[in-house]
Amino acid sequence: MESGDKVWEVFVQKKAGLPFKHVGNVHAYDKKMAVQNARDLYTRRGEGRELWVVPADAIVCVGLDEADAFFDPADDKVYRHPTFYDIPDGVGHM
Amino acid sequence: MDKFEQAFNDIIAKELKVEPRDWMPQKYREHLIRQVSQHAHSEIIGMQPEGNWLLRAPSLRAKQVLLAKIQDEAGHGLYLYSVAETLGISRQEMNQQLHDGKAKYSSIFNYPTLTWADMGAVGWLVDGAAIVNQVSLQRTSYGPYARGMVRICKEESFHQRQGYEIMMQMAFGTPEQKEMAQDALNRFWFPSLMMFGPHDADSAHSSQAMKWKIKIESNDYLRQKFIDHTVKQADYLGLTIPDPLCKWNEATGHYDHSPFDWDEFWNVVNGNGPCNAERLDHHKKVHNDNKWVREAAAAYALKTETQVA
Repeated sequence: MESGDKVWEVFVQKKAGLPFKHVGNVHAYDKKMAVQNARDLYTRRGEGRELWVVPADAIVCVGLDEADAFFDPADDKVYRHPTFYDIPDGVGHM
Repeated sequence: MDKFEQAFNDIIAKELKVEPRDWMPQKYREHLIRQVSQHAHSEIIGMQPEGNWLLRAPSLRAKQVLLAKIQDEAGHGLYLYSVAETLGISRQEMNQQLHDGKAKYSSIFNYPTLTWADMGAVGWLVDGAAIVNQVSLQRTSYGPYARGMVRICKEESFHQRQGYEIMMQMAFGTPEQKEMAQDALNRFWFPSLMMFGPHDADSAHSSQAMKWKIKIESNDYLRQKFIDHTVKQADYLGLTIPDPLCKWNEATGHYDHSPFDWDEFWNVVNGNGPCNAERLDHHKKVHNDNKWVREAAAAYALKTETQVA
């Protein structure tokens, strides 16, 4: 990459009450430029009321080789789901 | 076959998506880099033939619309460069490959836009053809590319409509305007059809790309789909498709067409179209002219950004 040019991941909130959603990334040299580029690229049609940019290299992720083991503890815990429990029909909505 | 290759094959077989950090065959990666960077360059170079009419648009409304459309094309180029970057090539390398002639862009943009009616024909036919292709690519096997296509298709549908609106204004206008509209159709019809690429039997990259589900539908299938849509739209305008063999075929359920002039197609691909040199020179010039802006931005960031590594 050219010196000073950085990648920023972009998150947009469309309306109050909705979660921020990752929409893609932009290249920019500084924060202000990143926010402006993100606006021009991802919210040209009223898709945004709020916007975050995050330097891509600040994002931490799970190593791909470890991913299976990392998420494995959730695999055998069906009792975390409501459907694991039998509730008689007579009880009504629960 | 190791477990990574097996996992990749399963993803393809089940029509799931391959994501950037998943293992993928080197050839799959290379194919995508070539295709996506070419797609990105097409969006960016495609701004030039339309930019040609920006300062001569016939009304303020037409100018606003054209500007918005060109801005969208820039955005589409940027989405696609981002997709290619997830495959391990930098934006700078892609630019370099374009400038060195190693990376191509769609040949259609090597034709000049001579009249205002060409802005109509470009939106109607060139964007129309691109949409048919891009709708199909929404189901491509590479996740970031598929997501980019969804976003692009959503934005692109206004492009074709604004083009058709120009065609209507011209075709239903004065006899001179109608003549201009017909002339634009005459010049853009075959190049638009050839945008879909060589016939399936002659397409070097197609069959492997279809096995990997990078491509979902073949060049000829998509081209025919486009022809079948478009002939009726030309009829509505009272314009004539510039192909005497373009007639409805009861037996096939499609419109026929004449053989294409592939010599011309390859001649343009290989750099000898009317505007190849102009398009590339302009891209290089703008890139070089803006060097000081990039340098200033880098210097400013160094001075003002504290916590950003």
